[in-house]
Amino acid sequence: MNQLVIVGAGPAGLSAAIAAAKNGVNVTVIDEFMKPGGRLLGQLHEESNGIWWNGVDEATNLFNEAIEFHIQFQFETSVHHVKKHSNHWDIQTDKGMFKSQALLVATGAAEHSIPLPGWTLPGVMSIGAAQVMANVHHVKPGHHGIIIGINVLSIAIARELKLAGVQLESIVLPSCNLLNKEASQPGVVFQKLAKLAHLAPSPLFKMGGFLTNKLSFLEKLVVRSFPKNGLKAWGIPIQIRRAVIEILGEEKVEGVKVADITPSGVIMKGTEKIIDVDFVCIAGGLYPLTELIGVTACPFKFIPSLGGHVPVHNEQMQTPVEKLYVAGNITGIESAKVAKAQGKVAGLSVAHDLHYLQDHNAIDDAVQHVKKMRDHALIQFHPDINKGRNELNGASITN
Amino acid sequence: MASLRIKEHPILTVDQHVPEIQFEFNGKIYTAREGDTIASALLLNGIRTLRVHEETASPRGIYCNIGHCFECRVTVNETAEKRACLTPLEDGMVIHSGQRLPTPFKKGEE
Repeated sequence: MNQLVIVGAGPAGLSAAIAAAKNGVNVTVIDEFMKPGGRLLGQLHEESNGIWWNGVDEATNLFNEAIEFHIQFQFETSVHHVKKHSNHWDIQTDKGMFKSQALLVATGAAEHSIPLPGWTLPGVMSIGAAQVMANVHHVKPGHHGIIIGINVLSIAIARELKLAGVQLESIVLPSCNLLNKEASQPGVVFQKLAKLAHLAPSPLFKMGGFLTNKLSFLEKLVVRSFPKNGLKAWGIPIQIRRAVIEILGEEKVEGVKVADITPSGVIMKGTEKIIDVDFVCIAGGLYPLTELIGVTACPFKFIPSLGGHVPVHNEQMQTPVEKLYVAGNITGIESAKVAKAQGKVAGLSVAHDLHYLQDHNAIDDAVQHVKKMRDHALIQFHPDINKGRNELNGASITN
Repeated sequence: MASLRIKEHPILTVDQHVPEIQFEFNGKIYTAREGDTIASALLLNGIRTLRVHEETASPRGIYCNIGHCFECRVTVNETAEKRACLTPLEDGMVIHSGQRLPTPFKKGEE
C-alpha cells in the first residue's frame, strides 16, 4: 500500500510529493495527462523584474526533483472514484485500484464556458485549450482568431498566443444573455480590468486603475468614453464596448458577428458587423475542480472570491475528513506559485500525520510562505482572496 | 495555407528534429510527429471536426484540451470514447471520428 497518493501532477501535487517524500513518505502521483506539470505547462509570462516565468521549465525542474526522491508517477491515468475505509483510501482508476493511507487531491481548476449561439462549432475552444495547443504542443489554435471574455487569464494568454505567432483580431465581451450576466457588463469588466493595470502597458488602463480606486462616477465616464476600437495591450485591441453576438460557420468557425454595446451591455442596433476568423477562444474564468472531493464526506463552502465551491480545509491543508488533504487551485483560484507553496504545506502535513516529520516548525514556516506568495502574486485573480481565505479558515475551525 | 506548427518562438524552446509519424483518420493517412496528441495532430492537419453529435450530427471539435469536457472523443484502434486531447499519437494509429447514432425510440422518427 502507498502511504500517500496524490491526484494531480501540477505545481501543488508535485511540490507536495517532494515535501512528503523528503521526509520519508512513499508517494505515488496520478495524472490524466501524459506528462507532469498540469496547467503549469502552458504558462508563460513576464515577471515584473523582466524575467520570463516559463511553466515548462518549472514543471521539468519539479519533476526532476521528484524523481530524485523516488516518487512513483502514473500518467495517462484517470481517477474515477475514491473511497475512505477505516485505515486507508481506495482510489479507483482506469488502470486499476490504488490504495493509500493518505490522499491528497490537487486537481486544480477548470474553465467556465460562455454559451453563445454557434459555440459548439469546431474551432471554438476555451482560452486554456489554445494555450496548451500553442505552448505545450507547439500547434497554433488557428491562423486568425478572436477572444471572447475579458479577464486576467484571457489577456495573459492573448499575449502568449501573440508570442507564438498567432494573429488576434481583438479581445471582446460576450453579448449579454441569461448565462453570462457579469462578464457582459462593460462597467463590471472595466472595474476588474483596472486592477490589472500593472500588467498591461497602456496609460489609459493605468489611469483607470487610479480612477476606480477613487470615484465611481469617473469610472463610469471612462467606460462611457472607452474607445470602441479598444485599447491595445501588446498590439491586441481590448474592446470592452464590443460584444460577439454569434459565432458563424457551417462545419467549422468562419467568422463572428460583433456589435457595439452600451456601458450597461445593451447591443447598439445598426452597429453589427461580421469579422472573418478561423478560431474563437472563450474565456469564462476558472473554477476549482472539486468532483473527487464531492464523492467524499468533506463539506464545501461557497466563496466567490476563491472561484466558487471549495472543500473546507485549514491552513495546514487538512480537510475535516481524516487523512484527506487538498492543495492548489482546488482550494481557490490563485497563481501557480501559491499552488506550489500550498503543495509543500500539504506534503509536510501528511508527513506529520503519518509520524514522519522531525522538524515541527516546518509546517508553520511553509504556511507563512503561502501567505508571502499570495501577497507577492503578480496576478490577483480576485481582489478579496485574503477575505475568502479567512472565511474558509473560520469554517474549518467550526467543522 | 501556412502550417499551424510553431517553428520558432521568442522564449520557448522548439525542437525542430522530432521524428515524424503517420496515422490514419477516417480512412486517410496523415503525418504528425512524436509528442503530438491526437488532438494536436488532427488540428495540425487542418481537421477540426473530431466527431458529430450522436443525435443531431452537428460537428464537434476540441473544446477544453485538458480532458475535462469530453467533446473530443474518438475511436482509437477500435477502442471507443478516447479523449483525443489526452491520448498521445502513436505511429500507425487508426482513428475514427464519432458517428451519428440511430434514435429508434425518439418520438416522431421512423
